[in-house]
Amino acid sequence: MLEIAAVRAGYDRTTVLHGVTVAVPEDGVAAVLGHNGAGKSTLLRTAMGLIRPMAGSVLLDGEDITRLAPHQRVARGMAYVPQGQQAFPHLTTAENLRLVADGRTGGRAAVAEALDLFPVLRELSGRRAGLLSGGQRQQLAIARALVTRPRLLLLDEPTEGIQPSVVAEIEETVLALTRRGGLSVLLVEQHVGFALRAAQHYYVLETGRVTSSGEGGGDAEQTVRTALSV
Amino acid sequence: MTVILNQSFTGISIGAVLLLIALGLTLTFGQMGVINMAHGEFIMTGAYTTYVLQQAVGGAGVPLLLALPLAFLVAGGLGALLEWLLIRRLYTRPLDTLLVTWGVALMLQQLARDLFGAPNVHTTAPDTLTGNVSVAGVVLTTNRLFILGLALACVLGLTLMLRLTPLGRRVRAVVQNRELAEVSGIATGRVDRTAFFIGSGLAGVAGVALTLVGPIGPTMGTNYIVDAFLVVVAGGIGRLRGAVVTAFALGVLQAVLEYSTTTSVAKVVVLVAVVAFLQWRPQGLYTLRTRSLV
Repeated sequence: MLEIAAVRAGYDRTTVLHGVTVAVPEDGVAAVLGHNGAGKSTLLRTAMGLIRPMAGSVLLDGEDITRLAPHQRVARGMAYVPQGQQAFPHLTTAENLRLVADGRTGGRAAVAEALDLFPVLRELSGRRAGLLSGGQRQQLAIARALVTRPRLLLLDEPTEGIQPSVVAEIEETVLALTRRGGLSVLLVEQHVGFALRAAQHYYVLETGRVTSSGEGGGDAEQTVRTALSV
Repeated sequence: MTVILNQSFTGISIGAVLLLIALGLTLTFGQMGVINMAHGEFIMTGAYTTYVLQQAVGGAGVPLLLALPLAFLVAGGLGALLEWLLIRRLYTRPLDTLLVTWGVALMLQQLARDLFGAPNVHTTAPDTLTGNVSVAGVVLTTNRLFILGLALACVLGLTLMLRLTPLGRRVRAVVQNRELAEVSGIATGRVDRTAFFIGSGLAGVAGVALTLVGPIGPTMGTNYIVDAFLVVVAGGIGRLRGAVVTAFALGVLQAVLEYSTTTSVAKVVVLVAVVAFLQWRPQGLYTLRTRSLV
């Protein structure tokens, strides 16, 4: 589905990723694990086109999309939930979703479906997104990404900095989404347990390099924890 | 008493002109952060459009009504072209934008001189807009009333566009979080160009209005541009409501001071008042207050 091949990327003169190769299988989930500053978010931003890599390429279904703008990637079936529960703060919850549905065939139905996943958003539809709690905003962020009916979803630490009561709910929804079929996911996480429950394939990223990778399940969790504890 | 009311009406009509000019700027400068020095020349474009139309069609009323949409399209088209050619490459460099658009402004002025000659030209106002009506001893000129109505109609139109249409949602989203808008599938470049088209188009409409109260000349826009920026800054950047209140406040202040002193003194006092006001409220009259993230 998605292949990130030997990508070198960074900001201005700082290189963050030194030749990273990651693949997301069709209908599968790949998780990228690593400490703060390992380059996980940079990897997703590069995959989405917010950062243009200095070397390497990004392929979607075999098509080279390395030079496409982010909105063109969305048109090809990619969606991205960035770190930090981002929303359009002065737009209402409903407007945040409608904005994405505008001009899209079946947009209204897609909004309704996304709201079915997060019923709490229905009650908050008239409220400005800037007034929502972190957990509510994250649910809104995932819902917004789903309105485009993506085939590939990039999730950047979906439960980071969210009150524990909502974390479980978000994790359940993400797991349900990955099992629904028709959706591939590239998940960036610090929580090893959750990531490995969701993913069939994992990559451990350390200071911009993939230091180990393998299949999820079995003793994967022990291997990853050992790799990360060094 | 009548004098005060008369001066207030003059002030409100000055405010209406200011508002009409500042309205486009609330979009391009307020929302998008572009200091477009050529905004004044888009006003000039709108005024010359009216002139050309009147020469071509003849009469007075019909060309004026035709000029409103046509000036919007011509000035808007120029604005979109400017955005596409130059400004979009300079979004991260405001100083360069200022210099480049200033250069474009000078070129447009020269173009107007080459096309229409350096001396001012005039249009004929339709009969309905040359008279005046008298209400309780206050004389209201119909052309000023027309401008007031036009300004309010434009404010209403812009507000509804921003609040209720898909384009309005997209403009607000791009302003609030450009990166998130882009990754949500919105072609932010196209939204920028459309917003610029509308902002510049409104300057064209302002130009049509100005033909009713003064001569048309290559540098007519520059006279207004500083005042218009003043309105946007003092009103609170990006706040439509702020621009409306400030435009009328400055207009009335100007008119009252002009009556009791001279035009130059009035200008100076208004400028000092705005500077003092911004010392007290650097964010302008209205500011956004929420638990915003970005």
